[in-house]
Amino acid sequence: MNVATEGENVPMIKTEGLTKSFGKVVAVAGVDLEVDRGQVLALLGPNGAGKTTTVRMLSTLVPPTGGRALVGGHDAAREPRAVRALIGLAGQSASIDEKLTATQNLTMLGRLHRLSARTAKARAAQLVEGFDLTAAADRAAQTYSGGMRRKLDLAASLIMAPPVLFLDEPTTGLDPVSRNGLWDVVRDLVQAGTTVLLTTQYLDEADRLADRVAVIDQGRVVADSTAQRLKDRVGATGLAVVAAGAEAAERLRRLFPDRVSAVEEATHTVVFRVADAGVAGMRDLNGLLAAILDADIAVESYDIRRPTLDDAFLQLIGHGTAPGAVGAAGVSGVAGASGADSGAGLGGASGADEGADPGADAEAGTSAPGVAQSAASHPTPPSPDRSNPDYSNSDRANPDQANPDRSRPDRSHPAIPDQDSGAR
Amino acid sequence: MSIVSTPPELPGTRRLPSTSPAASDLDLTPVSRPALVWALSDIVQLTKRSLLHIRRDPDQLVSVSLQPVILVIMFRYLFGGAISTGSKESYINFLMAGILIETAALSATATSTAVAVDMLSGAMDRFRALPIANSAVLAGHVLADLARAALGMAVMVAVGLAVGFRPEAGPAGWLGALALTFLVTFALSWMAACIGLLGSSAEAVQQYGMVLILPIFFSSAFVPTGTMPGWLRVVAENQPMTQAIDAVRALLLDQPSGNHIPATLLWFTGLSAVCVAIAGMLFKARTKT
Repeated sequence: MNVATEGENVPMIKTEGLTKSFGKVVAVAGVDLEVDRGQVLALLGPNGAGKTTTVRMLSTLVPPTGGRALVGGHDAAREPRAVRALIGLAGQSASIDEKLTATQNLTMLGRLHRLSARTAKARAAQLVEGFDLTAAADRAAQTYSGGMRRKLDLAASLIMAPPVLFLDEPTTGLDPVSRNGLWDVVRDLVQAGTTVLLTTQYLDEADRLADRVAVIDQGRVVADSTAQRLKDRVGATGLAVVAAGAEAAERLRRLFPDRVSAVEEATHTVVFRVADAGVAGMRDLNGLLAAILDADIAVESYDIRRPTLDDAFLQLIGHGTAPGAVGAAGVSGVAGASGADSGAGLGGASGADEGADPGADAEAGTSAPGVAQSAASHPTPPSPDRSNPDYSNSDRANPDQANPDRSRPDRSHPAIPDQDSGAR
Repeated sequence: MSIVSTPPELPGTRRLPSTSPAASDLDLTPVSRPALVWALSDIVQLTKRSLLHIRRDPDQLVSVSLQPVILVIMFRYLFGGAISTGSKESYINFLMAGILIETAALSATATSTAVAVDMLSGAMDRFRALPIANSAVLAGHVLADLARAALGMAVMVAVGLAVGFRPEAGPAGWLGALALTFLVTFALSWMAACIGLLGSSAEAVQQYGMVLILPIFFSSAFVPTGTMPGWLRVVAENQPMTQAIDAVRALLLDQPSGNHIPATLLWFTGLSAVCVAIAGMLFKARTKT
């Protein structure tokens, strides 16, 4: 594989003011991205945010209207051949030939990549085995399950072992088991030094796979950071206490009015901010619990809420401006923590204190805990105007253990105008 | 449903750890050969692909043969008795040339669907990211169509012989008739490729495909043009389908062909060239967004 640019300091993937309009519709409105060799960048955004268009421009399939898309230092619009020699693309619409078997698909593509007949065959066999498709290798791909199709599609994009891989929503529509399998494959590839740009609307996918997450909405990058930082940005831990009745809830709220971040009226739930840092957090929590016990308020249950990437995401794209808004019906923001306050939290986090101790945000009291994560027992749908079921699975594993520590140089920069993210 | 938690280890590694499916001890450098050699190789590969499609989907062959078979039966037994061929030829002998051309046209319509499916699915994206000429994908469909048409025509000749078709052509006549029919198929298939590139869905494209069939009904395929009203006769006698049908008919029945053969050659090579060019432009337009 001829990697045209071996220079270590050239970002493998780079876009500069990348823009694409289809007639009057602006699909991508000036996207700047940079992915270093061996890094994984997740392009995270809702449907229609411009993720796929960005990838299509980078992979030479669509010419940009403005700006530049560079892969390995080559301009995708001007040197498509050079770029194509470096990239593999696996798409959401698995672009395998359904009428052909896995072996036929891979052999044909190998030949079209200008491999000799023998090499193409051997490579196809390797990939079939590597992707665990041996049993189905001689069946038409139309008989495959969704997961097998994705695997074949990914295998097809890896025929030439490209150093740069674009994965356009690689796991959309897959069951959890297949998704995990694909994640493992991607991790292997990354470990082997492949640079990956992956688009996803699944936050935990970004959380688990990516070194960095660029949140894209309406054609713009609204945040470019690590998953952890994005979560920190949303704020600290919250203690959600479910009171036995509205009156008890009101008493709870009055207990520490300035620490209440949300009140969920329908469930009589009051959410208090809690410091996030280790011992301080425990002490804080202890104090809160003791005070509630002392006040002898009837409590049904409680749980500790940690911010998730979902929360960060929803806030960034402007659907979580009021804490608790995500929780849909019966959930309302409450004085002192809603609207402006959470906007401030976002602004604060995205500004100078990037990289500060996560706890700092909490103690500064600028952020809203437990924004989206309602009690785990009843996951709530997202705000109705953008009803994507994928955002509702917030009751998943603790986000902290999900993201293995990736010590990468911090390339994050603050979100583009905060009003952009807060006031939509 | 199989699970790929950890792909099995692959023998040997070049640049990747052994557990990665991207690992390969193979030399994956593209082989350097003259461009023309690779271009031909591409067309061979993509024709093979289209042929595999046909094999996987034998319904295509049924739909290519069914309509002509019905037409043969209908015209031979239902209308044939009432149609005068204007000569001493039996009607079935008169009919078969038109039927063969119709089979070719029907087969070509399948090309439009195949092209549309490629355009609308992710397949074309995959191909476009390859170092191949885009036209190779279309050429693959067109060439596979010749095979499909050949099968359809074989069926039709057999059916024709069974219901009384008695061609008088020698080997040269047959060869000529087949060559002309394939030329017509080729041209119509490129036209179909254009339709496939224009369509917004496979279903729509299938409907548009009718424009390839319709001219056959306004030609000398089923009735001698002499019985048509003046204006229609002018249209029918001068359109390319009539030229092709008259030429094939003359060759099959070993009759004087007038200038039908050169006219057919001219029409359909011209149409092929124009359609290849248009297909190229449409492809660019379709993918330039």
